[in-house]
Amino acid sequence: MKHEIIEKNIGLLAVLTAVAISFGGLVEIIPLMNDKSATTPMPGLPMRTPLEVAGRDVYIREGCYNCHSQMIRTLAEEVLRYGPASQAGESVYDHPFQWGSKRTGPDLARIGGRYSDEWLRIHFNNPRDVVPESNMPGYPWLAKEYFDPGEVPAMMRGLKRVGVPFDEAVIAKADEDVAGKTKMDALIAFLQSLKLPHPPQADAAPTAAPAAATKTESAP
Amino acid sequence: MDQSGTTVRYEDAAIRGFAVMTVVWGIVGMLVGVWIAAELLWPQLNMDIPYITYSRLRPLHTNAVIFAFGGSALFATSYWCVQRTCRARLFLPKLANFTFWGWNLVIVLAAITLPLGITQGKEYAELEWPIDILIAIVWVSYAVVFFGTIAKRTVPHIYVANWFFGAFILAVALLHIVNSAAIPISLWKSYSAYSGATDAMVEWWYGHNAVGFFLTAGFLGMMYYYVPKQVGKPIYSYRLSIVHFWSLIAVYMWAGPHHLHYTALPDWVQSLGMVFSLILFAPSWGGMINGIMTLSGAWHKLREDPILKFLIVSLSFYGMATFEGPMMSIKTVNALSHYTDWGIGHVHAGALGWVAMITIGSMYALIPKAFGQPQMYSIKAINLHFWMSTVGTVMYITAMWSAGLMQGLMWRATEADGTLTYSFIESLKATYPFYAVRLAGGFMFFCGMLVMAWNVWRTIVPSTRQSVADLVEAHA
Repeated sequence: MKHEIIEKNIGLLAVLTAVAISFGGLVEIIPLMNDKSATTPMPGLPMRTPLEVAGRDVYIREGCYNCHSQMIRTLAEEVLRYGPASQAGESVYDHPFQWGSKRTGPDLARIGGRYSDEWLRIHFNNPRDVVPESNMPGYPWLAKEYFDPGEVPAMMRGLKRVGVPFDEAVIAKADEDVAGKTKMDALIAFLQSLKLPHPPQADAAPTAAPAAATKTESAP
Repeated sequence: MDQSGTTVRYEDAAIRGFAVMTVVWGIVGMLVGVWIAAELLWPQLNMDIPYITYSRLRPLHTNAVIFAFGGSALFATSYWCVQRTCRARLFLPKLANFTFWGWNLVIVLAAITLPLGITQGKEYAELEWPIDILIAIVWVSYAVVFFGTIAKRTVPHIYVANWFFGAFILAVALLHIVNSAAIPISLWKSYSAYSGATDAMVEWWYGHNAVGFFLTAGFLGMMYYYVPKQVGKPIYSYRLSIVHFWSLIAVYMWAGPHHLHYTALPDWVQSLGMVFSLILFAPSWGGMINGIMTLSGAWHKLREDPILKFLIVSLSFYGMATFEGPMMSIKTVNALSHYTDWGIGHVHAGALGWVAMITIGSMYALIPKAFGQPQMYSIKAINLHFWMSTVGTVMYITAMWSAGLMQGLMWRATEADGTLTYSFIESLKATYPFYAVRLAGGFMFFCGMLVMAWNVWRTIVPSTRQSVADLVEAHA
């Protein structure tokens, strides 16, 4: 076929261009939507509490993903530093995903339980009070902000509409759960929830050794 | 311009607007970049004010330089090129003016909402759903104006630059609409329709092709018009442009998964993404070779013409970045480079070296013509700007390459007993000197843009005065 035919027909050029750019997405995205390994929740994956849902929204609003990943890759050194590699089944309730693309700070996929709530509070207020070399900004305003009544139930209903199976009863008392809590409380609750889910029956067999301490200090 | 036979009256109002806003948004976007680079060195700079905190401003920086600076340049040059190469007046000039005001409204809304923390939380797609809808409306209007102008062309052939601009417009529409699918819960809050691994795949299919089409195909359109124009010779190989056009647009769309190596994305998708990323090297270099070789037999012009310096050096950076990209997509290399500042270095080799420099060169060629001047006010200032941009870019990317390599190696270093050698904070401490060099390089690039602003001002202001005087006289 002569290319000249395409060069003289804008309709044909546009259609062929559209065809050429379609295949990549079709092949790489559509199968994933039907791939059970990517869309089935991991056994034991807990539903987020209202406070954790609210905290995740704070995480997104403040743009934490600009410096922190939530994705431990299947590499020995990552498992050593951060814990067992992340699995697709852990993020099926995450709209949007927050795997991140840059680590100016450490990965947070297994940060839950590593630090006390109080440590995190001091850290958010001014990170250099606990980690002198840190370049993370302080987020002191979070300690002064509260959620409006109805705000968190709306979040949960929105998430339910895109497929997160929240219990109506939990949504109904969401306002009660977050009453009096600051956005910093919510963010801390969310971070503390970031840990490897425990499969219901397999508690006897620990999934993996806890992340090894580094040579110099235990901070990740 | 080269209007043989009948004279076509071109419609350049929107072009003048977009050309000026390219410079304005370039300065704004790069200023935010310099500011957040400083914040990474001195975190106290946010003064505990949410709106100027790194994590809220970084999306503003990326959106401003990609969509405001790069986007304005693409609108200006595509409207200019499509009219001249089709020998036809812009289709629906009022709609073209709407795209100017609509696009700038999008940018202003972005500049307000992002610092407020109104975000969808997906990189380069942070803007919330009402702005997304406005973008879609402006974009469809852009497509109508662009393809409508081609449809009413008075020459039989559609020039190669327009293939690239056309593919860029179509692909960006597809990417934007699919990736932005979300359920709103209020005017300024929505949740992505996709979750987890699927959301990750959709996002990086979008993200990588924002690079592939917005920042590559569109700017190759610019290259295919301005390089031959500035050299005064036809493009090096017509056949190469056909082959590299089709292979580039078809292959790019597959490369996204290389952003997700070793993650929880199913393995087969990662491997597919890597294979296509490696193949992508060939069409990318096809474009670079086609551009640079257009100069063959006229290399001396590179010494005399600073605009040509911008264009050709941008192609060299394009060649470097598109060699580096496939290399970084190899899984074992990616294991080292991903999550580090190497990625930031790679992006800026493309963004500063390729996108910004081809834009600057093209604008220096376009602006005097669009404002009825023989040339830019100061050629010396263009030359100065060229060296500031080049040195600034080199400082930036070498600092980030070194920092990234160092971080990757520190993160994986283990002792004989199998424990990690370095804590995370030690790798950050070691990065500070590189952050300082990056800040200096970025600041130099930014200052170059100020030189450009002065030069553009001096070029267009007398012509504006003159046209106002003409108007007054006409009405007197």
